[in-house]
Amino acid sequence: MSILEFSRGPMLHFALLVFVFGVLWRLVAVLMLGFRKRYSEERNSNDKALMVGGATCGLRSWPHKEFIGRTAFGEAVGYGYHIGLFTIVLLGGPHVIFWQNLFGFSAPWWPTLPGGLITVVSVLTVILMLIATIRRYMHRPLRQISNFDDYFTLAILYAIMISGLWAVLGGPGRYEYILAAHIISFNLLLIWFPFGKLMHAFYIFPARFVNGYLHAKKGAAT
Amino acid sequence: MSTTATQAFAGAGAANDNRTAEERVEGAMGAFARSFGATVAWNMESCIHCGMCADACHFYIATGDAKYTPIWKAEMFKRAFRRESGAFAPFFKVLGLKKKVTLKDLEEWQELLFDSCNMCGRCSLICPMGLEVAELIEIGRRGMYEAGLAPKELADRAALQAETGVPEEVEKPYAELLKEIGEKHGVDVVLDKAKADIMVCAPRNDLNRNPSSVAAMVKVLNKLGADYTFRSDAIVAENYGYYAGSNGLQKKIAKRVVDQAKKIGASLVLVPECGHAYYSLRWQAAELMGETLPFKVRHVTEYLAEQVEAGKLKLNKVDGLPTAFHDPCQIVRKGGVTEAPRTLMSELGVNLKEMFNHEGFSFCCAGGGGMNDIERTRPLRLKAQEVKLHEVDDTGAKRFLTSCSDCRVAFDDAGEHFNWDKKTESLVELVADNIKE
Repeated sequence: MSILEFSRGPMLHFALLVFVFGVLWRLVAVLMLGFRKRYSEERNSNDKALMVGGATCGLRSWPHKEFIGRTAFGEAVGYGYHIGLFTIVLLGGPHVIFWQNLFGFSAPWWPTLPGGLITVVSVLTVILMLIATIRRYMHRPLRQISNFDDYFTLAILYAIMISGLWAVLGGPGRYEYILAAHIISFNLLLIWFPFGKLMHAFYIFPARFVNGYLHAKKGAAT
Repeated sequence: MSTTATQAFAGAGAANDNRTAEERVEGAMGAFARSFGATVAWNMESCIHCGMCADACHFYIATGDAKYTPIWKAEMFKRAFRRESGAFAPFFKVLGLKKKVTLKDLEEWQELLFDSCNMCGRCSLICPMGLEVAELIEIGRRGMYEAGLAPKELADRAALQAETGVPEEVEKPYAELLKEIGEKHGVDVVLDKAKADIMVCAPRNDLNRNPSSVAAMVKVLNKLGADYTFRSDAIVAENYGYYAGSNGLQKKIAKRVVDQAKKIGASLVLVPECGHAYYSLRWQAAELMGETLPFKVRHVTEYLAEQVEAGKLKLNKVDGLPTAFHDPCQIVRKGGVTEAPRTLMSELGVNLKEMFNHEGFSFCCAGGGGMNDIERTRPLRLKAQEVKLHEVDDTGAKRFLTSCSDCRVAFDDAGEHFNWDKKTESLVELVADNIKE
């Protein structure tokens, strides 16, 4: 079995298993703690609180005007590279084929972007990631609260991005090995996903919803 | 982090604390874990370490010191959660990715949890993940209390209040003070009526420092012909158990108010101009009791605004002096009483000049969360207050109003220190002085 076959065969399957069961367990472990019954007289109805909770899921993506002056740069960089990553993963031709093969379906309607454009997006994404990394080190509160999880997650993302670009741009080395490196780094991301901060992909909307919902019950600011 | 701050804490009952360091840490973590539900765990799990909460915190903004980053203040408990009770606790423990929390760690964190946080909740509004950071701090304080690491100033007051209903050594009982205030200001104070529709409380700070505010509230209630009474056994509604982080004492203190209200058959407990009293009674008492309370809890500005809207309270228009209003965090941002003070100011014809950060986004007075009571916090408090005073000045206001006695204490102190040209006034007093006859 070649390294490439290993990376997209047994290792990928193992990584997917860890990812699926790990994510499920981490979500279930939180939900098992249960939601407390609340006794205080509510200011707003449950329906209104549900609406506000739902709205908070989306609205929290845009900073309140009171904060934007201090947070705009960090948010632009953060959202910027997230948008880049999603664009590459969901609209890059080879990736679309990969998803279709992995899940065993054909979706001719699934749009893709031209390879050249994806390469440009990838380079921009890496630049934004670099800015985010430098900022994590230079910005005092960020540096203070950063830990292994932050740097390890970034390291895996860099490995994926750089090996991907290397493969596309035809860098030195055998293509098969470079592609294997790309897939192995992706597998590592899947394996690390449930253990670290990458879980925010699953927590973000429930967390925002709960915040908006509970604040709305009190009539408090959201 | 300085050791001076650590030494300044005597801890709750530390003199009699014969527990080992291990037992005290376990006590802290036990209290922390007991406060857990899915929503708190979500808060623990979801942080992406973006550091944005620092940009909401007045202590970070004023000093630029990264240790004041709000989520960092909860770091010890976040770490303990991931290591001891999170979904992959054994993984983090075995690989040593999360170090065990020690008593020394907790001692170092005292300063961050008590001396540099007002639990004002502004950080909860900036978090892109929607984390309730202030709640994590509150739960962290509970852990610290159980480890015997709450500041003595708060822990002693909480214990005294739970025992006697009064959070300070007094020369005269509060009931006597109330009677004297009534006599001095020419208002009839109703005290210890056996049955009444409304039970009213007074802020400790106003009883001692701003008695005219207490008289003002009484004057308005009398004018409205309200069926109310103060109760000698529960004159103040503020809750030092909330500040100190003691769930047990907080519950005992709240129960005293709740029991008195039940005893007189009150349908409403009226909380005076006191932010923490409002939040702890309005949003936490029922949760601590584990029951729906048989009465409503309203802040005095809410009650008065309802009377204005019902046409029962008519007010004269005041002068056109440009006026700024400070939104107390526990009443407005966390408590939801946003419109009521503005309804009153509108009825009074106040020429309101809103600050850039107002309503739910207002900067805290920096004295809340017990910081007014901890003298050593004053230098840091003043730095944060300077930011706020400049913001008030930027509005061009000549008058400065608020609806919380604790905020007034904080602003009065800062005003004196900075030779500020404004005095912080009570909104309820302005209402009382302008009732249309």
